[in-house]
Amino acid sequence: MLQVKTLKQLFQRHRRPGNLFFATTFLILSIALLIKVPDQTVWQKGTKWFSQPALWPIISILGMTIFATLNWTSAIVSKKIEGRWQEIGFWLRAFEYVGWFMLYVISVPFVGYLPSTIIFAFLLAVRAGYRSRKMLISSVVIAILIVVLFKSFLQVKVPGGQIYELLPDAIRSFMLTYL
Amino acid sequence: MEDFYSAINLLARLDVLIALLIGSIGGVIIGAIPGVGAAVAIAILLPATFSLDPLVGLTLLLGIYGSSMYGGSIPAILVNTPGTAVNALTTYDGYPMTRRGEARRAISLAYSASFAGGVIGILCLIFLSPILAWIAPHFGSREIFLAALLGVILVVLAHRGQIFAAGMLASFGVFLNTVGLEPIKYTQRFTFGQSWLSSGFDLIVVVLGLFALSQAFLLLLDKDNSPKPQPLKGSLFTGLKELLAHKRVTSVASGFGVIMGMIPGVGEFTAQFMSYTYAQKTSSTPEQFGDGAPEGLIASEAANNAVPAAAMIPLLALGVPGEALTAMMLSVFYVHNVIPGPQLFQNQMDFVMALYIAMLLLNVMVLLFLLFSTNLLTKIIQIPTRFLGIVILVLSFVGVYSLRNSVTDCAIASVFGVLGVILKRLNLPIVPIVLGMVLGGIMETKLRSAMARVKEPLDFIDRPIAAILFAIILIVIAIHLRTLFFEYRKHSQDEDHELHDTQIR
Repeated sequence: MLQVKTLKQLFQRHRRPGNLFFATTFLILSIALLIKVPDQTVWQKGTKWFSQPALWPIISILGMTIFATLNWTSAIVSKKIEGRWQEIGFWLRAFEYVGWFMLYVISVPFVGYLPSTIIFAFLLAVRAGYRSRKMLISSVVIAILIVVLFKSFLQVKVPGGQIYELLPDAIRSFMLTYL
Repeated sequence: MEDFYSAINLLARLDVLIALLIGSIGGVIIGAIPGVGAAVAIAILLPATFSLDPLVGLTLLLGIYGSSMYGGSIPAILVNTPGTAVNALTTYDGYPMTRRGEARRAISLAYSASFAGGVIGILCLIFLSPILAWIAPHFGSREIFLAALLGVILVVLAHRGQIFAAGMLASFGVFLNTVGLEPIKYTQRFTFGQSWLSSGFDLIVVVLGLFALSQAFLLLLDKDNSPKPQPLKGSLFTGLKELLAHKRVTSVASGFGVIMGMIPGVGEFTAQFMSYTYAQKTSSTPEQFGDGAPEGLIASEAANNAVPAAAMIPLLALGVPGEALTAMMLSVFYVHNVIPGPQLFQNQMDFVMALYIAMLLLNVMVLLFLLFSTNLLTKIIQIPTRFLGIVILVLSFVGVYSLRNSVTDCAIASVFGVLGVILKRLNLPIVPIVLGMVLGGIMETKLRSAMARVKEPLDFIDRPIAAILFAIILIVIAIHLRTLFFEYRKHSQDEDHELHDTQIR
């Protein structure tokens, strides 16, 4: 249950484990960007300050650095919250699914949108721990429905797979256009 | 009146009506499923709407935006899990009502209050439109710059306890928008000699990563879970009658929704809590609040449903979005070369009117749909969370890849997906990044055009609206500093709560 009693308390966001690590990383990033400002932006002669290409990168990176310093300071003086490394481990586990996603992205132009979506959804369902026939069939059905909805009906721009070239002419053009 | 008839003409098309139907019913379903909010759905659908007519695309997205909160109240009341983040307050009184066997009454009241809030919000805007059409042309570059600046300041200050983090994330958003080939002097900014960075970070790629992919990753990483609500028995029409006994709370809550919705960077939470506080303070039974008070439920639902229509005001009248969803909708306008802002209110009032009428219609459609199919929805929301993660991941692919068939875009979205996971786990807000990106771009363009006519610094605020906006900025900062000072003197620690732990967004 929520424990919010007042308007003031509603807006209060409380710290969670891993806060100091994130604050430190963000501060390092901000300082690194600040150092790179002269290399990565141009301050042109004869151009007024408000039209300078470097103005908004400078404003934003200065904002990042100032706020990141304050955020880091407040994180370091706050009480330590247990579970920092466990939490960072959780973040890193997200990269497994980034890998799955990128594999799916890379496979589409070769295998085709429909086949790769079916394979991806099915394998991911297995990876997610589903073993029942109902859930595995559902993953295939939902994959087909999504492809039909977006490619066949909404005609979104997803190219056909190279594998479709191996199909007979009549089926190939259908697959390239709709699936 | 001419605009009204012209708006009806614009809407009287099969494709618009179908978009309205799909948007409103789809929005209810999406809102009812904990783990998918309107932001995720709109982010995924954005690229698909680019090929549609602007009115059709916007109607579809508005349908999702306006109806998701209706659906979100169902799991909030039945299983104590808000369907969307802004239904969190609904659990406060809705779930205790379910526990004491009044689930049907609570659901019925939530629908009725949502409907009243939605309709009152839109009616206010329809009546306000002539005033807006009169005021909007007085907003020149400097006024729009100041309005965008006010939006950034408010979105940072709205994140109490994490203001420094919100500030650095908003600045990060502004920075992201500057990366790439700059369009005036054609210089490269922070591209590090990489050609894939020359076109900068696309807002939709960032939004899809931060909202959709991050949610998919989180759902797949967490334990599998499936809500099990009990089916409802009996008619849901009774709430409409009961609502009449709470006219005062309903209208005040809707009023708060309209006012807070119009202010950039503020939105539903503030509206809900102001309404809730008002309802509690003026109630004859304030002790019941938090323990199943119907007025509390009404205050929460009427306020949040009045916001979407109001949030369209700064977007349509000034081209300045006040929160993440309207920021996403801005890209639909740009893709179709419809530039929101004073010109839109002056020259295409029928288009604006058509959007309002569409929102009115969607509220009617959603209410009718919900009154007859709530039990069907209680079955849909039982989808296991990891399965939902798979579906979001597959849908996110269409969203990112269909933009320009770029593997790089997908990789960038994935990186932002991981950033989204980290931010959500850390209880840090995502919205400042998105608003920083959009408002940063607006501020850069508007400052450049405004300064061309400014000789002395004070000239910047020599027009009445600019002066008022500048005064508001100073007042907002002063009030915040004053609050900090009093809190410091009081040395009070607020109790921890999970309202912002954004697993549910």
